[in-house]
Amino acid sequence: MDRGIFARLVKNFVVYGLRIISLLLAVSIIAFTLVSASPIDPVQQYILGLGTAVSPEKRAEIEAYWGVNEPPVRRYLTWLNELLHGNMGESAIYRRPVSDILWERFANSLALMLCAWVLAGVIGFALGCVMGMYRDRLPDKIIKKVCYILSSMPTFWLGLLLLLVFSVWLGWFPIGFSSPIGVLSENVTVGQKIYHLILPAFTLSLMSFSNIALHTRQKLIDVLNSEYVLFARARGEGRWTVLCRHGLRNILLPALTLQFASFAELFGGSVMAENVFSYPGLGSAVSAAGLQGDVPLLLGITLFSTLFVSVGNLIANLLYGVIDPQIREVGR
Amino acid sequence: MQNNTKQPSYGRQLYKRSNKKPLNRINYLNNRKRAVILTTSLTIIFVIVYVAGMLISEDAVSGSFLNAKIAPCFKYPFGTDALGRNVFLRTLKGLSVSITVGIAASAISAVIAVLVGVAAAAGSRWLDAVINWIIDLVMSVPHTILIILISFCLGRGMKGLLVGIAATHWCSLARVIRGEVLQLRSQQYIAVSRRLGKSSGWIFVNHILPHLVPQFFVGLVLMFPHAILHEASISFLGFGLPPEQPAIGIILAESMRYLSTGMWWTAVLPGITLVLIVLLVDKLGDNIKMILDPYRAQE
Repeated sequence: MDRGIFARLVKNFVVYGLRIISLLLAVSIIAFTLVSASPIDPVQQYILGLGTAVSPEKRAEIEAYWGVNEPPVRRYLTWLNELLHGNMGESAIYRRPVSDILWERFANSLALMLCAWVLAGVIGFALGCVMGMYRDRLPDKIIKKVCYILSSMPTFWLGLLLLLVFSVWLGWFPIGFSSPIGVLSENVTVGQKIYHLILPAFTLSLMSFSNIALHTRQKLIDVLNSEYVLFARARGEGRWTVLCRHGLRNILLPALTLQFASFAELFGGSVMAENVFSYPGLGSAVSAAGLQGDVPLLLGITLFSTLFVSVGNLIANLLYGVIDPQIREVGR
Repeated sequence: MQNNTKQPSYGRQLYKRSNKKPLNRINYLNNRKRAVILTTSLTIIFVIVYVAGMLISEDAVSGSFLNAKIAPCFKYPFGTDALGRNVFLRTLKGLSVSITVGIAASAISAVIAVLVGVAAAAGSRWLDAVINWIIDLVMSVPHTILIILISFCLGRGMKGLLVGIAATHWCSLARVIRGEVLQLRSQQYIAVSRRLGKSSGWIFVNHILPHLVPQFFVGLVLMFPHAILHEASISFLGFGLPPEQPAIGIILAESMRYLSTGMWWTAVLPGITLVLIVLLVDKLGDNIKMILDPYRAQE
């Protein structure tokens, strides 16, 4: 132990940080190429969005301002330069700077994803423990079936079902939007926001807990089959004591790591959930941007989601290094 | 297989003599045979759904306003939608469209995965590093967003959907194949073969490729549920197939508009059908894996 765990963490942090930067650069190039190659004309979409007829001269002016006729590499470099200065352009459908929309919508999305993430983690871990403890018995079989069925469901359909049951039939929850209709956004209380958040968050967490539950089950079974658990049982420890003393310590951190590594699915799921519940987050913005040809917003959200996922992966990788001595040795 | 049927195994004789349980059909079969039978029957169901969907004509799914919004009954098992179309036939037709997209996309994806995985494991070090970086790259963009981007690039429609799904699903299989090839390369018989003067190409074709065939098929079948779920999701968002095409995602997107009027059947029943197909293929993949994987054949 010549170098402490802290120094290693810093080193890993720098290595992964450089990797994230290279990934972000590559994603920006790919995304830019993809939207440039698209037959959907952003200028046309922008003009449609203005809602008024535009003369050919005005159109040429917009094209010149946007640099449509410049070579793609030059356009990309201009865009990247502006991006690094914090200017992500103006959204064609919302008529506001992309960065403003990103922050505002991300706050909504984050509330949704955080709730779902925590809920899925807790439910998944608890169910995984139950499955592991009752291996091959009735509770295990039932929960396993439920997990498999849930992971074969499309997120949006589950959202539709919940909407149908809880909003249409029982009338407990609103049909959509993050705030009541007809109330100014400043007047919306936190309670109302939470009320509108419950159903989408529940959908999202139902979609993602099966993965963590099945993983925890497998890990717990491995632990319970080990020699040290046999020895503990021989000493007279009960099943649940073994779970608390030996099981939880060994399976908690891997489960947490897995949770951090699942940000991509979480984001993908939130796109679907937000669209079903018309929740004003990044997910509903990205599909609107894609459908209405809002290129700046589409690029902005793509980069933002990449950053979000990469940060999750970074945390997962750092955690791996902390918990697994074998990886720690290789990392040296 | 044939040996098994001609000579009763020791275990089965013991079973007969002990006479504890009646020798029913299920006990008579060993796990492997059960897996083979399950695989065959699941494949047959799958093909029937697919062909039935293909055979339904355009006329059968066009409806009239006279019989709009009928709840499920004997004539319309899934009811009719707001335009009076038969939802059951539309669902079947949509499923076969989705299955076509799913099969094509996962086949392309599996081929990419094999090529990339083999290149990473068999090529030079820097190639491995580059491929790992590319895999990281694809994994770091949420798939839904990447498919939306690709679909946007290709002007939406079937082609964008197909390319998008194919381009996003190969990563995990490529990693599995890479690991498999790396493990095979360190085997003794490969080293022996090399000492006997066989060329790398010969070793690859004769010793490594046969091991990858089961991985390829299992990967392909297990990739299919993901592909079809993504297809439905992206169509639901409106990026996939055109709205007049009866795809599952589009049927469900339409049903959302009438959800508050209490037309539950157009939302619930097509969705259940989709989930059943996904579960069926999942089960199929598991069984094929059990048949092909020698380590699990004894379970």
